[in-house]
Amino acid sequence: MTDDNPEPPAGVEYRDIAGERRLATRGESVYGEPTDGEWRAWNPDRSKLGAMLESGMDTGLEGGETVLYLGAASGTTVSHVADFAGPTYAVEFAPRPTRDLLSVVDSRPRLFPLLKDARKPETYAHVVEADVDVIVQDVATRGQARVALENRRFLAAGGRLLLAIKARSEDVTRDPDAVFEDVLAELEVEREGEREGEREGEREGGYEVLETARLDEYHVDHLGVVARPR
Amino acid sequence: MTDTDGWFADATRDDEEGLAAAVREGSAADPRAWPREAVEAGFAADEDEYYDALHAATTAATRRTVAELERADDRQLVHAVRAMDDCRRTANELAERLAEWAGTVDTEAASGVEYARDLAASDRLDGEPGAEPITSLAERVVDLADEADDLREYVERQTPAVAPNLAALAGPVLAARLISLAGGLESLAKKPSGTVQVLGAEDALFAHLRGHASSPKHGIIYTHDAVRGTRAEDRGSASRALAGKLSIAARVDHYSGDLRPELEAELGERIEAIQARAEAEGDDGDTEAGTETRGESDD
Repeated sequence: MTDDNPEPPAGVEYRDIAGERRLATRGESVYGEPTDGEWRAWNPDRSKLGAMLESGMDTGLEGGETVLYLGAASGTTVSHVADFAGPTYAVEFAPRPTRDLLSVVDSRPRLFPLLKDARKPETYAHVVEADVDVIVQDVATRGQARVALENRRFLAAGGRLLLAIKARSEDVTRDPDAVFEDVLAELEVEREGEREGEREGEREGGYEVLETARLDEYHVDHLGVVARPR
Repeated sequence: MTDTDGWFADATRDDEEGLAAAVREGSAADPRAWPREAVEAGFAADEDEYYDALHAATTAATRRTVAELERADDRQLVHAVRAMDDCRRTANELAERLAEWAGTVDTEAASGVEYARDLAASDRLDGEPGAEPITSLAERVVDLADEADDLREYVERQTPAVAPNLAALAGPVLAARLISLAGGLESLAKKPSGTVQVLGAEDALFAHLRGHASSPKHGIIYTHDAVRGTRAEDRGSASRALAGKLSIAARVDHYSGDLRPELEAELGERIEAIQARAEAEGDDGDTEAGTETRGESDD
């Protein structure tokens, strides 16, 4: 964390917890994180979004947003998001972590769990509302750019995509920088129109990448990305 | 529900079952301003009420789906791999019985499931007095062997979904057997790696604990190349290393479900180092001769 970091969103503060200055939100404890009263520390080592904030990336988050969170896993990060954001839709595909996510959801009335595949938005478009302010994406699957593009339909025109790209999920053997380059290129849809047979609307638009930062201090071979829909 | 309706379209507020089912099974090509539409349609008085209902429905739907998936998967796998082994063992036993019997009338009688297949497919005993039950038995043996093959395919398909890391490290069938011996993925994940190392070698282990025998080096993990491909005097080390990684894999599969491809690489490196001892000693290796079978009860 540096002093010229952008202000964290409302509801997220740097607080002295257990003798350290820590990013924190207010909510019921979830994963044994240290707390100070109702504030609980947000561990950037366990949260890519936490790492993006700690790294000083300009996420554009202000607090109170409507959020679609893809790859909620057991709810570590999404619990913090629900603490400061508005209605938060948490999509997770694996049953085991979702079981833990359910206990996070119990104390957060505006957090909505969905056991769905983020690669198939049509299976939850009847639940998730249109024009969300933010998509947070942290899915450990091949084709992370495609997931972002498929879910673009939920994002408001002025919204933000906050994406953590995991290089190893795309290809364990390749150089992470090369993987990141490919994923970013696909996000920006520079190859639009080249591929035949793409469904209408699926590829159009894409994203404009505003900022990227390696998150290696907290997460090896991950790239944080802030983007907005074109 | 049509393709353009929200999850709330076909049920009333008090129909919790119906709403949860709509969350689970519904779909739409594109999202709409559902909170506003729900209020306009009279489903909820205001957006707060809408979000309360949404929280209840998504929680109920997700809880039910999780329960169904979780309760089923590893239990199904345990049954499947046990049924597979039963079918294979029974087919082999019956094939031996068949060979004994068929040898009395069939001049080409051989042994094993292959002979049963041969006999079932041929018509050389047709019209032979008393041959009918023999051919019929051959057909049963073939059916059982086919069933075992089908079950093996099922296990190979299912294990990677239930325990991706364990399946990647052990191969799907050995992974399923370990889950079966432990009684489920969760109990496997909770076992210390020393226990995983000797799973399937319980007889030898208890003989050892009673003081009649030395400790078994390996149980069913003996069938893994990392153990079988290592010379006898280093198999203890190889089994220990393998069991350690398999335990980690089972824990990752049970507790997080992430895929950790690095586990496979780490295991490969470790086994390579152990197998290199043979070369370092100028030994040309005796991986076949003097096979250590104590504790191996995979039959």
